[in-house]
Amino acid sequence: MADRALIPLLLVGLILALLLAAATGAFPIPPGRIVAVLAGRDGDAQAAAVLWNIRLPRVLAAALVGAALSGAGAAYQTVFRNPLVSPDILGVSAGAGFGAVLGILLGLPVLAIQLMGFGTGLATVGLVLLLSLSLRGGGQVLVMVLCGIAIGALAGAGISLVKLLADPESQLPAITFWLMGSLAGIKRPDVAAALPAIVTGLVPLILLRWRICLLALGDDEARSLGVEAGRLRLLVIACATLVTAAAVSMAGVIGWVGLMVPHMARLATGPRFDRLLPATLLAGAAFMVLVDTAARSIATMEVPLGILTAVLGAPVFLWLLARGARTWSE
Amino acid sequence: MVGVTPLVAAQGLAVGHAGRAVLSGIDLVLEPGRILCLLGPNGAGKTTLFRTLLGLLPPIAGTLTLGGAPLSGLSRRAVAERLAHVPQGLSTPFAWAALDLVMMGAAVRLGPLARPGRAEEARARQAMADLGIADLAGAEVTRLSGGQRQMVLIARALAQGAAAVVMDEPTASLDFANRIRVGRAIRQLADTGTGVILSTHDPDQAAALGDTALLAGQGGVLAAGPVAEVLTSERLTALYGIAVRRETLPDGALHFRG
Repeated sequence: MADRALIPLLLVGLILALLLAAATGAFPIPPGRIVAVLAGRDGDAQAAAVLWNIRLPRVLAAALVGAALSGAGAAYQTVFRNPLVSPDILGVSAGAGFGAVLGILLGLPVLAIQLMGFGTGLATVGLVLLLSLSLRGGGQVLVMVLCGIAIGALAGAGISLVKLLADPESQLPAITFWLMGSLAGIKRPDVAAALPAIVTGLVPLILLRWRICLLALGDDEARSLGVEAGRLRLLVIACATLVTAAAVSMAGVIGWVGLMVPHMARLATGPRFDRLLPATLLAGAAFMVLVDTAARSIATMEVPLGILTAVLGAPVFLWLLARGARTWSE
Repeated sequence: MVGVTPLVAAQGLAVGHAGRAVLSGIDLVLEPGRILCLLGPNGAGKTTLFRTLLGLLPPIAGTLTLGGAPLSGLSRRAVAERLAHVPQGLSTPFAWAALDLVMMGAAVRLGPLARPGRAEEARARQAMADLGIADLAGAEVTRLSGGQRQMVLIARALAQGAAAVVMDEPTASLDFANRIRVGRAIRQLADTGTGVILSTHDPDQAAALGDTALLAGQGGVLAAGPVAEVLTSERLTALYGIAVRRETLPDGALHFRG
């Protein structure tokens, strides 16, 4: 079965992407030497320093962000029963964006900006969930999504206001760059700060991956099959939001990945979330590692990741659609 | 049948939304291997009753037990062990393989972290084979015909292995041949001891399939009991508000004319 070959194939692809990314940069290191440098069997101290302090944190951050956004996207799409949903649907990115740009405006240190983004991202989704549970038709998917759109719009307005107030010479470029996503200047502590939240969010999704499939049937149907649908969906949303908020607070707002990668993975695995999730995590990690490598090597200046994910992703996505490969009904 | 615990029993049950009853005074008993047909005009509350039986909607009044246990005290899993649901159609936007959809019936026996293994797959394949749709295992459900989807959903209820099944208009919008196939599948289900409650708009079908019938209309139950006693010209005329005449065909089957 093609099924069984897929995961090893993606794993090999991810390893190749990691090697390529670690080798590429202003100080090129031949891919063959990377393993030797990492193992400490290569005497080149400069290569070791570049690899350990600059290249590796950035490459691992890219892999983490890619896996996080794609995995969260797959989870959101499944529980909202909609292939067009992205991890931003409940306002996590807009909320995290607002917190982070506010941090930039206030001139906070980088780690505090990340923390603010993380906090406001989680708080935004928490507010959306509380609102949707307290409104009529409490907890229904549609009410939840509409609340997310409304609160997301508010956060968007907040971002615009901060941009208006920001110093156009020093702060505005940083804000704009952050809102388009970037891993420039990522250090080991940044990765270490985001890792626990991403792992904490992904582990329950991985453990519950078959049961999560049933949420794609709708609440009543899942319940009649013996699943506590409302509770399980809240758990999935909480986990996916945690993962997304951690990724966004580290790398800024990177659109499109969470929508596109699960889609493409679904073409290979079918809609079963238990098969989709591992494939999505690996594909998302590899994709983001390659995109980030391109972001820092195609021009003399860093290209924002959000621009590249759209430029590279959209044509591939359209090509797949044009081939008529469908994994959902019209 | 003295001493048999009914699979589903309701007494003085009222069902509805937000405290407002749409159908009340329901007394019903479903025993193993029996088919209960629910007839009534659109809006009579048939689907609301089903959702209440499945524990998806709280009852407004009366008592309701599944396998002798009060529904209100049962977990989702315990309800799913006692009562399976065959919905009117598919609501998922994703193109599941039919086998994967049938295998979801195993959720009731699996722990939250478990995935279906060989035993569950074998059971799902068996359920499909029992209904004569083994060849659909790999087909995408979004590409199946209405009749095939209905059979897949019945197979899922079989794989769920619940003591009883409720079916919401299982033959609505099916062509002639599929109506007969689904009817046979329902009879087959009952012959293995499963209790079946189904709603239908076709009195002929109720007469042919059902052991008992319940007529719901105007907010209450018009009649309930063995099909031959319940399905009379007068009652169906009152139920649907048009003149209905009952005939007995040479083979003994009941036929209703408008």
